[in-house]
Amino acid sequence: MWRDTVLVAGKDLRIEARSRVVMHQVVPVAVLVLVLFAFALGPDRAPMIQAAPGLFWVAVLFASVLAVQRSFALEAPDGARDGLRLSGLDPAGIFLGKTAAVTVQMVILEVVLTAGVVVLYGSHIRSYPSIIVAGLAGTAGLAAAGTLYGALAAGLRVRETLLPFLFLPIAAPVLLAGTRAWQAALGIGAGNTGSAGDPWIRLLLVFAAVYLALGVVIYGPLQEAS
Amino acid sequence: MWAAMASAVLLRAAVAMTGRFPALAGVDLRVDEGEAVLLTGPNGAGKTSLLRVCAGLLRVTSGSASVLGHDVVDDPGAARREVALLGHAAALYDDLTVVENVRFAVRAAGADVARIDAALDRLELGGRVRRTPVGRLSAGQRRRVALALLVTRRPELWLLDEPHAGLDADARVVLGEIVSEVVAEGATVLLASHEPEESWPLADRVMSIVGGRVVEERAVASTRRPALPDQLRAVSGGAHVA
Amino acid sequence: MSPTEPAVAPWSPATTWVVRSLGIAAAAALAATIWLGLWVTPPDEVQHNLVRLVYVHPPIAWVALYLAFGVAAVSSVLWLWPRTRSRFWDRLAASAVEVGVVFTALTLITGSIWGRPTWGLWWTWDARLTSTALLLVLLLGYLAVRRVPGDPDSRARRSAVVALVAAVDVPIVHFSVDWWHTLHQGATVLNANLSPTIHGSMAWTLLLGFVAFTLLFAWMLAIRYRVELLSEHLEDSELDVALHERWAEGTGSLPGEPGTALAHSGGPA
Repeated sequence: MWRDTVLVAGKDLRIEARSRVVMHQVVPVAVLVLVLFAFALGPDRAPMIQAAPGLFWVAVLFASVLAVQRSFALEAPDGARDGLRLSGLDPAGIFLGKTAAVTVQMVILEVVLTAGVVVLYGSHIRSYPSIIVAGLAGTAGLAAAGTLYGALAAGLRVRETLLPFLFLPIAAPVLLAGTRAWQAALGIGAGNTGSAGDPWIRLLLVFAAVYLALGVVIYGPLQEAS
Repeated sequence: MWAAMASAVLLRAAVAMTGRFPALAGVDLRVDEGEAVLLTGPNGAGKTSLLRVCAGLLRVTSGSASVLGHDVVDDPGAARREVALLGHAAALYDDLTVVENVRFAVRAAGADVARIDAALDRLELGGRVRRTPVGRLSAGQRRRVALALLVTRRPELWLLDEPHAGLDADARVVLGEIVSEVVAEGATVLLASHEPEESWPLADRVMSIVGGRVVEERAVASTRRPALPDQLRAVSGGAHVA
Repeated sequence: MSPTEPAVAPWSPATTWVVRSLGIAAAAALAATIWLGLWVTPPDEVQHNLVRLVYVHPPIAWVALYLAFGVAAVSSVLWLWPRTRSRFWDRLAASAVEVGVVFTALTLITGSIWGRPTWGLWWTWDARLTSTALLLVLLLGYLAVRRVPGDPDSRARRSAVVALVAAVDVPIVHFSVDWWHTLHQGATVLNANLSPTIHGSMAWTLLLGFVAFTLLFAWMLAIRYRVELLSEHLEDSELDVALHERWAEGTGSLPGEPGTALAHSGGPA
């Protein structure tokens, strides 16, 4: 399973390195979302700083839908999806590999977005470890749940509208927890110290663990749906 | 003696659906190990569906089906490691080069990576082509890459869906050689084609499929074959007139 | 189809009798609850007659979240598990979700009605309402996936996965939304407990309410399941026709009349 994970993740990332779809299309859209929020909330900095954690995670949520769709669009041309099924790869490995590739791409996107939030909104980061752990855990969870639903929707004619409708409600706890964790890390909100984010980070870790485990178990049977 | 040979593919009254449409409407089929069988029939008859059932991509909803000894009704993926399908589509990643594609597929299947070069040479995919992203290749070249993939994997059951389509004359010759070779080694080949003239020399038996069922079967003489029987030609779509 | 064909009987007469009794029992229990709730039990000191919603809202909520969703989740697991796989579980899950949508919507409506006079708002973002609203969206997602055209096996797979992903999410949502309120100062006013003190006849009526709505759920589930069964029968008979048309491609004539039984891999429950 791990060998197959590395193989699939490597393949997905290599394609991304060649085609640069996520970097050149998804990241700019996410940054654009931040800018648009500024239009909506500004020009005073105060509301922007207050809202920054939530806006960041909303942007991440929407970008993850795009990233997952891209991950499965890789297999869309010409029977490649059948190819993956027939390839002899362990389905759990395919799931973890795709999840890993999406996670890597999303982490890069989040670094850019974080820089964007600091620059555009003027937020101050008080606790780097919290930001990093929250970001990784939340992203991994989103990638796992997204990949699972992405596989379900792949190949369906309604996939573009179905995936967000299925995925975003599931992702709501990540939005909630991520925002709270970020608020603690940025020192926003009444009585929020750095450690107030801890239960939220734990929730993000639980979410990620649960969906990674579920995906590993369920991806095989799911793949068999034609 | 004949009955003692293991069956590579055994279907009994197999029904397979694509959505609401019965692609296979009760197929009885037996292919023994080491045989090369040609499936012929008009468009829409169910040839591709039959191959997909053998590959485990299409579910059998009624009847029984076993591939290389594995029951594929309950678990379609059971035989996948030993089976390879050359489908209509090349199933390759456009952004990766030929070598990267083949290496990925070969590693995925757990086959020997060292065989890749020989297979690519065999299909005349030279140095520069190998480093080209598949998206830039012609359809015929992509077909060759897909074939090279199969050659490297060396499965026990080869499922070839219209393999001659898109291949030029040279490549067709190579294909013929490959089929003869692997059959001699004991692999089983199931070939679907509605150009029976091309594939006829490769086969031990010919079956024609119409309306989702096998309607006729005959053995091919191992020596030089006579002219294609009119009956079979008419059934295969009538496109080729003597 | 010829008019002389017998009506399809999806299940045995014994089952029909059980379901019918279930319906009668549900109707009786509901009537009793309404009577007791509206007339016999006393109004609350604080909430006056509004408290009568307690006989309806918590039972409906319990059915929606635990019964309907629970049945859907467990059925989905049983379908996915190869050893227990059977179309029965798939049909049951789908039926449970559809009935669950009705109950979830009712939970939101009764909750909203209860909240309006108390807080002056149609909607508050309190933990339970929010979680329930999200549950509704998740259930609707299941139904959306169910509508995707395809063969029954693929549809069952996708639905089961949606049910499981949602089932795993619900407790996480619940905790996160709960913490959202307890850890966030300033929201305590809206969290004012709607639960009145329950005593005496109120307790019995509440219990009866739970029983009544549980019976109602069971009956609705059975009815919906029957619909699912009937639609499958319809599909099977369409399959017969389709098969015969397919055979006709080969021979140019129909070998037998439609309705000739073909061995199906799944019979009536």
